[in-house]
Amino acid sequence: MRYVIIGAGVAGFAAIESIRSIDKTGEVVMVSDDPHGFYSRPGLAYYLTGEIDSKALYSRSKDDYRHLNFSFLNARVKRILRAEKKLELDGKPALAYDKLLIAVGAQAIPLNIAGAKLQGVMKLDHLTDANDILAFTKRGRTAVVVGGGITALELTEGLLARGMNVHYLLRGDRYWSNVLDARESQAVEARLQEEGVTLHHHVELAEIIGKNNRVAGIRLTDGHTIKCDLVAYAVGIAPRIELANECGINCERGILADEHLQTNDENIFAAGDVAQVYDPLTGHSVIDSLWNPAREQGGVAGWNMAGRRAAYLKSAPFNVTRLAGLTTTIIGSVGRGRDEDVMGIARGDSETWRELPEALVAQGGFDVNHIRLLIGDKRLIGAVLMGDQKLSFPLQKMIANGADISPIRDSLMQPNAPVADLIADFWMKWRENIAA
Amino acid sequence: MSFLNIFKSDSTRRTVLSSGHVVPESSRCVQCGICSYNCPIGIDVRAHVWRNESVNHSECLTCGECVARCPRGVLRFAQTDLFERRES
Repeated sequence: MRYVIIGAGVAGFAAIESIRSIDKTGEVVMVSDDPHGFYSRPGLAYYLTGEIDSKALYSRSKDDYRHLNFSFLNARVKRILRAEKKLELDGKPALAYDKLLIAVGAQAIPLNIAGAKLQGVMKLDHLTDANDILAFTKRGRTAVVVGGGITALELTEGLLARGMNVHYLLRGDRYWSNVLDARESQAVEARLQEEGVTLHHHVELAEIIGKNNRVAGIRLTDGHTIKCDLVAYAVGIAPRIELANECGINCERGILADEHLQTNDENIFAAGDVAQVYDPLTGHSVIDSLWNPAREQGGVAGWNMAGRRAAYLKSAPFNVTRLAGLTTTIIGSVGRGRDEDVMGIARGDSETWRELPEALVAQGGFDVNHIRLLIGDKRLIGAVLMGDQKLSFPLQKMIANGADISPIRDSLMQPNAPVADLIADFWMKWRENIAA
Repeated sequence: MSFLNIFKSDSTRRTVLSSGHVVPESSRCVQCGICSYNCPIGIDVRAHVWRNESVNHSECLTCGECVARCPRGVLRFAQTDLFERRES
């Protein structure tokens, strides 16, 4: 038996762990066009700021690799030959598979404007990109960041930490408008400005101006120009579905996978950012561009590949991130519609966050310690926590388990309600009841 | 206030040093490695988090570097008490 995993992200790695927990002898091969293998892609943000070095991004030790007994092949897969159960590789002999996992992730949607190919136009998909950005920060002084979501802020903060003057361009009137509310966006923007970022609202990039094939500045649609040495963009990501599409595997926005992470080919599975996974609870197939779901999906895919039938049950999506220095947790459905700064989905994003049914909002806290709850008829639908994270775990559990909050619903809805205390008290009682 | 009593991360430093250890909430972790990178005695904190195990390393000083530096609030102190019910 030969298991082949295309992609070196957390979904692929988790799949190998699962396979090895069942099949100790089958051959396992990971193939990736990323020469650096498995490392923490979310960690690139902290590599950019200088909080860690590049070695720290590699989360598994040599012992772990030895224990898992798999080989890594640095190659680009050109085609999947389903009839022959083979992969055609760029510059290397074809590789046969018995079970195949496609976990190739997603990539930054490129800028579609004049000058987008100039040297100094940067994205943040891989370690190679982060290294390119760092090399550029050594010779440049001014950067322009365009886009939205978490990655745009990570770029902004990374460039700032490296001593650059940063201009952040926003198409709308505030940051991440379809997930954060006005007050949350304001908190983030105020902190960015305190750190020295120049924010530009209601602007759109028209063109990147080049000189000797390098970035020299940008021009906005209103005609204004900004001189800069680097343009970093994060305008959304696109699941890398081309390989699957070309060989007739069913795709929509991502590769369609059932709750067993199986595609319409019984020998081919998909997991992570590239997969659009069926959720039996809602009947929808959704994409989560999040680390933990990717790990869980990869794990479940691995079990199924090795013959243990297992289903992936999507829990309330949540992500923890740092927005302008504020630890922020986003749980369940919290926003609506689309963000003008992002096309499709952003990295560290979930489509579920914007599936907001009719819900009322209760707020508490102030400035950097902030809680926002999305309250349905009887249960909590979503929550945003900024700053203090003590209530993050209780809210995650209550939202995931659909806790009936009727006893405190009215109190939560009162103006200036002590939201944190109400939730904390309710959590204590609810937890006791669940345990009983 | 019950709110202040619920969460073990509010334990005093003295209590933690005498009877505490670091516990993870693994689902928040993205394996960035800031915890391991900053551990003064080189414990691979992140490996414990991957396995969803508390940092039950005999050399852990419970100095709190990993807890304080984690950008995603993955780590907290909990009292070491085998008979205490855990949240995770």
